[in-house]
Order: sequence, then C-alpha cells, then structure tokens
Amino acid sequence: MPSITLKDVSKYVCQAVDLEIFDKELLVLLGPNGAGKTTLVNIIAGLTDYSGSVFFDGTPVDKLPANRRGVGYLFQDLALFPHLDVAANIAYGLMSRQQHRERVDARVNELLQMMKIEHLSSRYPKNLSGGEKQRVALARALALSPKVLLLDEPLSSLDVQTAKYLRTELRQIQRNLGVTTVYVTHDLEEAEEMADRIAVLQNGHLEQVSRPEEVFFYPKNEKVSDFIGAPNILDCDYCRSLGKGVMEVGCGDLPIIVPHDGNSVHRIALFPHDIYISEAKPPGPEVNRFRGTIVDIAPVDDAVRIKLKVGETCLLAEMPHHIFEDMDLVVGKEVFLILKLRRIRVYENKGL
Amino acid sequence: MSKFKKLIPGWGILPVVVFLAIWEIVARLNLVPGQFSFPPFSAVVMEFYHLTANGVLGENFLSSLTRVIIGFCAGSIAGIAMGIIMGWREGINKTLHPIISLFYPIPAIGWLPLLMLWIGINEMLPITIIFICSFFPVLYNTVTGIRSVNKDYIHAARTLGASDARILATVVMPLALPNIFTGLRLEAGMAWRVIVAAEMVAIPTGIGALLIQAESLIRIDIIIVCLIVLAVMCFAFDKFFGYLEDKMTAKWR
Repeated sequence: MPSITLKDVSKYVCQAVDLEIFDKELLVLLGPNGAGKTTLVNIIAGLTDYSGSVFFDGTPVDKLPANRRGVGYLFQDLALFPHLDVAANIAYGLMSRQQHRERVDARVNELLQMMKIEHLSSRYPKNLSGGEKQRVALARALALSPKVLLLDEPLSSLDVQTAKYLRTELRQIQRNLGVTTVYVTHDLEEAEEMADRIAVLQNGHLEQVSRPEEVFFYPKNEKVSDFIGAPNILDCDYCRSLGKGVMEVGCGDLPIIVPHDGNSVHRIALFPHDIYISEAKPPGPEVNRFRGTIVDIAPVDDAVRIKLKVGETCLLAEMPHHIFEDMDLVVGKEVFLILKLRRIRVYENKGL
Repeated sequence: MSKFKKLIPGWGILPVVVFLAIWEIVARLNLVPGQFSFPPFSAVVMEFYHLTANGVLGENFLSSLTRVIIGFCAGSIAGIAMGIIMGWREGINKTLHPIISLFYPIPAIGWLPLLMLWIGINEMLPITIIFICSFFPVLYNTVTGIRSVNKDYIHAARTLGASDARILATVVMPLALPNIFTGLRLEAGMAWRVIVAAEMVAIPTGIGALLIQAESLIRIDIIIVCLIVLAVMCFAFDKFFGYLEDKMTAKWR
C-alpha cells in the first residue's frame, strides 16, 4: 500500500493531481518555479485548504489539521525559530507533545549526535552558518520521528559544495530511517542524485512519474524533454566493447564511441550544448566526428539551437549567442560536428 | 568618536557638565535679557533641596508618578491584550481596525474636556487620560508586531504539532516583542508629557500643578526644578524599557 496517496487534489495552479508515493521511497517533485511544487507539499502537510483527498497508508487525512498529521517539514528558508537556541528549536515539537523533560532531553541529544551538531546546542540561529542551520532544521523536523518527511528545496540557499555534501548525507539519513520523503527541487542533477522516483510537475500538472533514468532517457513528452534540457536521445542498434572503458555503439548510421564499461547499451543521450560545431574541419582523431547539414536555426533564451541532419539522423546542437554571431551559419550549410565523448550518457536496460 | 567613547568611560557626562557651567556663568553675570531674573544652576539645586526637604516636591512627584504608573500599566496591558486578539484573528482586526484608526490620531490631551465632564475632577481623570494615551499606540504596535511574524514560523510550529494557543504563546508573542517594546518606550515618555499637561489644566496636585503654581508666584527656580524632574523621569522610563527589551530579545536578535 502506498504511504501517501493524492486523489484528484486541486489548489491554485495544481488541478486534479493524482499521485502515489510508496512506503520508504524518496520521491522528487521536479519542476520550474511556479509549477505548484510547494503547493502540493503544503497540501500533504495540511498547511493549506484544498479540494480532493489525501491518504496516509490508505486512511484519509483531509480532516486532520497540520498539527495532527505527523509530518516532518523542512521549509525552503528553514524557519528556525530565531528566539530559541538550537536545543530548544529541536525540542519544540517534543514539548508540544508534552513529553517529560528527561525524555525530551534524551531525544534532543540523540538528534544532536545524529546530525553531528552537539557543539551548537546552546547557539541561536543567527550565529549559525547555512549548513549548520540546515542540520538543525532537519533535526527539528525528525524529532517526532515522522512517517512522512517533506523537504522544500532545502539546499537552495547553500553554496554548491555544502549542498552536495549535505545531499549525500540527507539521502543516507533518509535511507537509514526509512521515512517516506517528498523532496522538492527545480534542479535536474539534484533530482537524479536523490530520487527513487521523479515526478515532473509543470503548470500544476504531473507530466511524468518514473525512475530518474527513465525520465531522462524516455521523457514522456516534449514538455518533459524541454524541461530537462532537450537531450538528443538515440536508440542503439548494436554495441561492441573497445576495452579501456569505451564502447562503440551504432545509432542509425552513426558509429558513436561512448564511455561505458558494462553490459550492452540500448540508448544514449547527449545534451545539445555538448555538441561542438565548427565550419572548418577540426584537427584530431576521427572519433565522434561527423559532417552534417543545418536544417533549422532557432534562438532560445541566451543561446541558439541548431538542428542538424547527419546522414539519416537528426541532432540538436546549442551554442551561446555570441559564438553563433561570430560564425557564418545558415540553413543548408554543411558543418563539422564533434559529440563530446565524456558527456554522452548511456542507458543499459532495454525498454521500459 | 565611538572609539573615543570606549576609551573614556562616562564621556557623555562631559557635555552636560559644560552646559551646566555655562548656565551658571551666564546667570551669575546677568547676561539673559528679560523682565525676570534667570536663576543660576546652583540656585536651582538649592531650591531642589528645599522643595525636597519640606516634602512639596516629593508629594507632587509621587502623585504624578502614581497616576502615570497606574494609567500606563492599565493602558499597556489592555493595549497588548487587545492587540494580540486583533493581530491573531484576521476577522476581528478587519472589524475593529477602521474604528481604531479613527481614535488613534486624536491627541490624548484632546479628551480632557470630555472626560472632565464625564468623570469630574478626581484621581480617575488623569489616570484615564494616561490610559488612553498608552492604549492606542501600544495596541497599534502590538497588532503590527503580531501580523509581521513570518508565516513560515507559524507553519513550522504547526507541523511540529503545536496548537494555536501554544503557537501564539511560544512563537508569535516572543517574535512580536520588539514591536511591542517600541510602543511601550514611545508611550512611557508620552505619558509624562500628557500627565503634566492634564495637571496644568485640570488637576490641583502633581508636577504639572506645581509648575502652574510656580508660574503664578513667578518662581523660575521652581519651574526649572520641575522641568529637570520631568526630563529625568522621561529618560529613566525610556532606559528602563530599553533595558527590559535588551534583556528579553538581545540574545537572539
């Protein structure tokens, strides 16, 4: 039985959303700003009114107010109580349950240890770094041992290094505790790293819910494909190991070398900005180098997307505006292209 | 300058001492033009001593102080209580806000004629004036303080299992304290200004009444003594609430 079920849930931009989140899984809600991610999470937490139904373990919780749903919630700006020190912040939920002082202290100590922040227990939030605040907020959210954990872009305010480190740790803690988790982000890389499954949300509509690599290699529609960066996805007809961690795969009439050391490859993917275009023949060995004809040129944001026909295969390349201006690229022109070897991603499993 | 201040403790006293010295000299050399003599600082100090020794100053000061404390405490407590209700319950705020907005700008002393007729000349009159003078600004600041608490804190407390009453007591009220103290500090000074005005016009006892009596007896030294007492009291009240605010909020702000 799924741990959380949303049935025909509507609020603001989200209309008639159905979603199942399985027991102990980490589901990432992925989508651009304004897609309705936070709204969905608030609905699960009971922090907003909504139409439709939410079930925890098959039991409807629509009548339960937020303070009785028993979810742990990590807010985007963390919302640590500024007037309470670290220990009191973590103890807040336990004190709300009117537990005995000794039991509260014991649990707080346990959480301080788990999050490795014992030395911070008497500090106030204003004296904590971003990463420290993060740990305190997570400890506070976990204090009541919730069955459901909601994380709303919890790492968005941190620097890249700290965020990466905390991501790994967060995943570890989530696995160890086996708590069903909904993780909100707009960052594809973060989503792929964290998720058991990804739910792609756009304009309040769930476009696709599947395992990360499936979202990437088998995007359900153009909206999903566009959101993850419109990768070129090619089916492989054959593959052959060349040793030393590389493999040759045949995609239509293109022999492509990919960095892979394992079973057979069924699909490969390459982002448009990882295809290099030049007017003159580039120097170097003939690996992943082809000649193609430009069939379409279209500007997107601050870049230009160029559709190329290489033999029978269509590829999408992308370059920054200023580089495009310096080159003389027009529809119908023949150019040289390089598929950047290390950027090619491979999918082993066959089909879905 | 701030470095300098740290080096010499009590640097702030020096300008006051210089000012008093200049006052003494100017008065003794009779440099102030006008019909009535301007007493030197030393004469004022002497008069302060006389007034204290014969109990006149103490008696009047105590009656003013009692009125201020009773009126101010009652007005502030009522203002905070009502402010909490209005700040916490949107519906009540929407209903009462237009009425409060009409009453708030009326200067407290403006109520005096009306209250003289309703209450009569007795101890309740100055206390009621001070009550009105404290109530509205404290109410206003409390409502603002409570409504400006970030909704995320309330949501966080709610997901942590806290009831509305607990959220109000443990999250919203403490976070609204800085705003509430702004109101209290402002009004503590204002209460003294208003009590003096009321006593000058309508009530025969208190510092304000002493001021008016001194005027009719052309006792400039007594007038100055009263003014100094008022200055010190406004200053002391402001410092007291500043200290209290620091005690309660400095750790986390």
